[in-house]
Amino acid sequence: MTDELVIDVRGLTKSYGGRKVVDNFDLSVPRGAIYGFLGPNGSGKTTTIRMVCGLLKPESGSGEVLGFDVLNESPKIKERVGYMTQKFSLYEDLSIRENLEFIARLYGLDDRAGRVDRALEDLGLSERQAQLAGKLSGGWKQRLALAACMIHEPEVLLLDEPTAGVDPKARRDFWDAIRRYSAQGVTTLVSTHYMDEAVQCDSIAYIAYGKKLIDAPTANIPKQIGLHAWRIAGRPLLKAQEMLEASPGVDLVARFGAEIHACAKDAAALESAVRAVKQAQPHVEIAPIEAGFEEIFIYLMSGAMDNFQ
Amino acid sequence: MKLPNLLDLSWSRVFAVFLKELVQMRRDRPTFAIMIMMPIMQLVLFGFAINTDPRHLPAVVEMREDGPMARAFLASLHASSFIDIVAVARTSDEAEQMIRSGRATYLISIPEGFERRLVRGERPQILIAADASDPVAASGAIGAIERIAQSAFAPEFQGPLSYLQQAPPPYEIVVHRRYNPAGVSAFNIVPALLGVILTMTMVMITSIALTRETERGTMENLLATPVRPLEVMIGKTTPYIGVGAIQVAIVLIVAMLLFRIPFTGSFLAFLLAVTLFIFANLMLGYLISTAARTQMQAMQMTFFIFLPSILLSGFMFPFRAMPGWAQAIGEALPITHFLRIVREVVLKGAGLGDILNDLWPLAVILLALGSLALMRFRQTLD
Repeated sequence: MTDELVIDVRGLTKSYGGRKVVDNFDLSVPRGAIYGFLGPNGSGKTTTIRMVCGLLKPESGSGEVLGFDVLNESPKIKERVGYMTQKFSLYEDLSIRENLEFIARLYGLDDRAGRVDRALEDLGLSERQAQLAGKLSGGWKQRLALAACMIHEPEVLLLDEPTAGVDPKARRDFWDAIRRYSAQGVTTLVSTHYMDEAVQCDSIAYIAYGKKLIDAPTANIPKQIGLHAWRIAGRPLLKAQEMLEASPGVDLVARFGAEIHACAKDAAALESAVRAVKQAQPHVEIAPIEAGFEEIFIYLMSGAMDNFQ
Repeated sequence: MKLPNLLDLSWSRVFAVFLKELVQMRRDRPTFAIMIMMPIMQLVLFGFAINTDPRHLPAVVEMREDGPMARAFLASLHASSFIDIVAVARTSDEAEQMIRSGRATYLISIPEGFERRLVRGERPQILIAADASDPVAASGAIGAIERIAQSAFAPEFQGPLSYLQQAPPPYEIVVHRRYNPAGVSAFNIVPALLGVILTMTMVMITSIALTRETERGTMENLLATPVRPLEVMIGKTTPYIGVGAIQVAIVLIVAMLLFRIPFTGSFLAFLLAVTLFIFANLMLGYLISTAARTQMQAMQMTFFIFLPSILLSGFMFPFRAMPGWAQAIGEALPITHFLRIVREVVLKGAGLGDILNDLWPLAVILLALGSLALMRFRQTLD
């Protein structure tokens, strides 16, 4: 991995109906990186990705993708970027092969048949190439979409929730493919809702309410957020959970089987809230624990980061 | 005792559905607007534009003689609301050209020596040539012209000329139906139907072209590729040129074999016009598809175009008999020009030179629609 920045955008802003969907967004992605893009639903992930690949015009801000200006050189960016939409957006009334050939023609590729053959083989679709795309299951549609956005050998992959609604096996296969491309030097920006996918990324950018709140290497994130956690165990737990949820000092109450993990940024407030619960419900056991990635992920995705920074 | 609810209807559920539909209807502004506009448009069109008792049809008068009798007749013609005199020609070539090109529906010819022969009781002829390629327009005012002649000459047949107050009148009105002597409606309708069929299918099919991509979400993928708007436009409309060509061939064959319609004019001129017309319709449909968000909206907008194309183009009712504003709308529609061309070429034996008057407006409309559609094509999802 070199220090060359493949995606380098600054201050991207976009609003709909007076509401800023993306607000002053910066992002720097080095070549070959897998960059995870996290955030609750409606936080502006899709809008940001669309601005990066030139499908939406930012109101303000500037930046380059592969050295091309995002505002004025989007045709050049489109030629070198593979974009996979959140919703399946290939032609359901064309066969798998016809879809790939259509895309290959749009990019004006040489050796079209060969490329399509290789793409089908890479993704294990050779057997089903004559099948109509509309008849495929979710996982197979996903593979086809990835094959379509890889057919012109892009240097950058923009994947918008590529594995939403796909079974775990298909998701793992999908990520194996992304890792392979990454090893070949393809840069990937991928938005996701899944924690097991987020941890596979080299870095994570977290966006909520249109603002980027965290941008760090994945390993540094727990430390950067500085989340404290307590475990509350015992039965029954419902009353304890309700009490914790009502406590202002507790940012997150997450149920893990027979125990509750209460998390907060303010260690003292958290501790006093948990001790109050112990007093009211003497049968529960309490203990401080290290906040793992799981807690942090739930914390992030729940949108609890409103007041962060 | 509570009445048994035979249908097992929950009115609150009915109301819930009703309310939801109402909200959805309100959200779909374009469809709503068309539902409101459609009846208003129909009322206006049927109420004002359509005139089954055609008046103000254009006529050219060929005056071979300039005596007081002829001038009295001309004055009465001017005063009549049945016809509008658009020109007084001195040569027959000039008059013939006007009726062939469709600028005049009637040619009224007063022969040389009309007054002299009238006074001598030789029953001179007033010749009326009517463009019967539109039988409705042609038959409407013929009777009126006879009455106009009667009232024009009555004050002249006084004093020493009172002996001319006779029946039958001392002159003869001879009517020639040109281009369609038998007044066969099919001669008028069938060539024109080609225009209507092409408008209907070409506009409708292409109006869905882009809308379908937007509705199914494939537009996002298409826009993410390097493809350009003009490439999409050409690629999407070209297949339908073939469809249009097949329709033209079918209509022509049926018109000749089934309706025995003579094809009298230049086939080259016809081909040129029909090609321009198909392109114009494709652009019109494409323009709609850049504006409509759903296929349903695209269909409705197509009908919005289709209605005036039938009512204001001269297809159903004589164009010249419509009020000025309706004619102005008609002139902006591709089908109006195509109908004139196709009637001139098929029925009146026109060649390329005769149809230029309607060919260039067709080209202008095509160019305007095409550029507008290209400008409206959003290359982003904004």
